[in-house]
Amino acid sequence: MKGYLGIDIGSISTKGVVIDSENNILAKEYLWTEGDPTGAVKRLLKALESQLKGVDVNVVAVGTTGSARKLIGVMTGAVVVKNEITAHAIGTTTIHPDVNTIFEIGGQDSKIIIIENGFVVDYAMNTLCAAGTGSFLSSQAHRLGVSVEDFGEIALTSKKPTNIAARCTVFAESDLVHKAQIGHKKEDIIAGLCKAVVTNYLNNIGKGKKINAPIVFQGGVSKNVGVKKAFEEQVGHEVIVDENGHLMGAFGVAVLAKRSGKERAFSFNVADIEFRTRGFECGKCANHCEIICVYKEDELIDSWGNKCDNGAVRTAR
Amino acid sequence: MTHREVVACFPHIANYAYAFKYLFENGFEVKYMIPPPITKNTLELGSKYSPDYVCVPFKYCMGCYLEALELGANCLMQIYGGCRLNYYGELNDCILHDMGYKFEFFDMAAVDWHSPKSIFENFRIINPDMSIAKIVKAAPVTLNIIKTLDKFEDFIRHNVGFEVNDGEFDKTYKDFLKELESLSDGKHLKKLAKTYWKKLNAIKLNKPAKTIKVGFIGDYYTVQEPFSNYFMEKELAKFGMEVCREMNLTSTLINKEHRKSQKKAKKYAKYNLGATANCTVAEAIEFAKAGCAGIIQVKSFGCTPEIDAMPILQNIGRDFNIPILHFSFDSQTSETGIKTRLEAFYDMVEARSGKDK
Repeated sequence: MKGYLGIDIGSISTKGVVIDSENNILAKEYLWTEGDPTGAVKRLLKALESQLKGVDVNVVAVGTTGSARKLIGVMTGAVVVKNEITAHAIGTTTIHPDVNTIFEIGGQDSKIIIIENGFVVDYAMNTLCAAGTGSFLSSQAHRLGVSVEDFGEIALTSKKPTNIAARCTVFAESDLVHKAQIGHKKEDIIAGLCKAVVTNYLNNIGKGKKINAPIVFQGGVSKNVGVKKAFEEQVGHEVIVDENGHLMGAFGVAVLAKRSGKERAFSFNVADIEFRTRGFECGKCANHCEIICVYKEDELIDSWGNKCDNGAVRTAR
Repeated sequence: MTHREVVACFPHIANYAYAFKYLFENGFEVKYMIPPPITKNTLELGSKYSPDYVCVPFKYCMGCYLEALELGANCLMQIYGGCRLNYYGELNDCILHDMGYKFEFFDMAAVDWHSPKSIFENFRIINPDMSIAKIVKAAPVTLNIIKTLDKFEDFIRHNVGFEVNDGEFDKTYKDFLKELESLSDGKHLKKLAKTYWKKLNAIKLNKPAKTIKVGFIGDYYTVQEPFSNYFMEKELAKFGMEVCREMNLTSTLINKEHRKSQKKAKKYAKYNLGATANCTVAEAIEFAKAGCAGIIQVKSFGCTPEIDAMPILQNIGRDFNIPILHFSFDSQTSETGIKTRLEAFYDMVEARSGKDK
């Protein structure tokens, strides 16, 4: 049986799925990137490989997405290297063909994708602000002494969510401290934070966008039922959270790899090969481009980062 | 004032330095320094000596001035406009003098352009012994250089994504710019323009009958200076898109399009939004009507007129069913984020145009 591997390497988490030609998920894994994308992918591949033990599947194409897509694409010999917006849209429309809006809140970024008749017609991605993202929620959970996994459940127990300034993480944090000190209950503050994340999201990247149902909510934060509930209250529609919502980018790029029709031999042994990156500053002009060279064992296989030909690094092949 | 040697310099914006050089060397009869090309260093240097929250064009100008001063420029200039830009000259002047540099500063915002006396007096900052006759003679050639640059760049914008041999347009245009540096007179310009127009037109293209067009709009500086928009036009062309842009010196300085734009934008913007934001709105309407598959607005972070234009653009996007992507640039914008969004933009407009392969 032919299999297709999709890898989504985000700043916080790394996701991978293997699908068959009918888009059934054969193996899936979700783990922390921990600032080491190549290491994370190696762990990911090991985990996927062990899940596939005894399954007669041969991975014929790899797709990568996420902020480290290029690096991991080189490492795994990917046939498709795609941005996470397209990957998420393709993944979601494959599972929910009638979807009109995708909310996605990840560790470091958040996006909104508007879809009409299966096509992306509009999207936005946050640029400068971390207020509506997962890392903000997890740092605040830590401050309140609860684990981020329990955050949503606790929020649901609140009857009267506290109002928390939502515009900016700095203000939100000082407001939160203030509300705690004057005696607001912890569950109310937690519910208030969930609301604040949603308000921030809708006011920033959701601004001016046509938000129509069906709405699918994805990304790590979609696992937080408190945020899901806050979304439903504020947009007035049901918000669908898929069991595999956090894997949608990886799933989407696996679908794209399948659709590309290209096949390139892949072996899980990649996890045992040493990949090294080396960064240096090109000194050939005042641009000082940061050039990244990727080595497989000791062979230079790719490089990027140069703005002009002066900084081009010739690879061995 | 003693007759020291004047070396005049404007900060970079696109390739207009060649036009300014001609005007100053042949009209004002002073030396003109084309500042070193903008690099990351220019921006870092400029940011270091600029207020943090000023818009990024100010920082680019500042960086250009500093690099030029180090190389011996001693007469700096700044333009004016319909926004905070009017204060920029004054502020550039103050900061640089406080840093201890010695130079003259010609701030166009300080000139009363309705008063010949004021113009004359301010021009004397550049050269006290200037000959008005020479300036008048050099002016039309300068305008023709601007028109030629804009005509060539527009042609390239529409075609570079389809060149058969990568880099041909770039190389031809660079050769042209090199020759412009030693331009002698209007006749010479005509000859050069003719030769290079032919060369540009002779470049082999592989252009389909129906291309994916994208409208490129935004604030005056960011939309025109490629470095400040991370060479976005080039990036778009690499995807095989045709880039449409109205904003340039020909349309504003010579054809005065910006005066008509308020009327064109009227349905969406009743009042003047300041700076070139009405042009942004008017251009968006035109591009939407002309069948562009998408529109990209680029602006510097904190550019108030362009921020005001954003909700208006969203209305236009809705009415014409055209996606509009907004980019805000600061001195520390991540290039990866831009690439990701551009890639997604291309995927989107390509799918919308029904050209899915």
